[in-house]
Amino acid sequence: MSGESWQSFLTFGFFIVLTFVCGAYCLLVTRNMIRAIIGLELLIKAVTLLIIVVGHVTGRVALTQALVITIIVIEVVVTVIAGGIALRVFRHNNSLYIGDLNKLKG
Amino acid sequence: MTIPHISIDTILLFTMVAAALWTVMGRSLLKATIGLAITSAIISILMFRLNSPLAAVFELSVCTGLITVVFVSTISLTKPLTHKEIVELSKERHKRFGYLPIIIIVTAIVLTLIKIRNNVAVAPGADITADVRQVMWNIRHLDMFGQILIIIAGALGVVILFEERKRDEW
Repeated sequence: MSGESWQSFLTFGFFIVLTFVCGAYCLLVTRNMIRAIIGLELLIKAVTLLIIVVGHVTGRVALTQALVITIIVIEVVVTVIAGGIALRVFRHNNSLYIGDLNKLKG
Repeated sequence: MTIPHISIDTILLFTMVAAALWTVMGRSLLKATIGLAITSAIISILMFRLNSPLAAVFELSVCTGLITVVFVSTISLTKPLTHKEIVELSKERHKRFGYLPIIIIVTAIVLTLIKIRNNVAVAPGADITADVRQVMWNIRHLDMFGQILIIIAGALGVVILFEERKRDEW
């Protein structure tokens, strides 16, 4: 890999890791279902950008774009289903608190 | 005094992390959703700048637009908190999310100190000059099949989740 590409990869990688940390922390700490989905979204976005950067520095832009489009489709479906589940749980428990989901035990 | 060279990409990346931080730290869910949309929009600009226009268009239209609409719809269908609940929750949130800026700063310092050597060899591939449409329809056509299945599964899931039951069968 050329020096310029490597430097570009490191710069992007630095900020991508920080975004990933934001998403991971949100997912670990939050007790609200919608905020947990938002944390998951941040994680996916960081990974998506990393794939695009890798495609750019290696010259395989077409392949990485195809992969990213697939990831975006999966991301949307996961978000919609998770949002629907959160809504159903809210209607059932009148709360978005994750701790209220222990009624699934058994 | 010389001003260090800061590229547009660096400014965009810095804004992206700031928007992500605002998304996580924000008190209101609606503000968090707007922060997520801003993060997504910045990522799509970066994708345009990295010669990936098709992925950028998908990111902008689907992630910035559709997912924001989904989140806003979900939030609007849930009950808003009372003032007392907001005050109680913000104290608790402050305790839990207050560590995030510190963690971000520590991670940034650690990443700055780590020296990574450039010994990555790029394996030769056949698709370096290929067009994205050619890759999607000829090389990765199984992905397209998987995407169709996922969309059908998602549609069925939405139908099951949102269908109104006449009586509580469970």
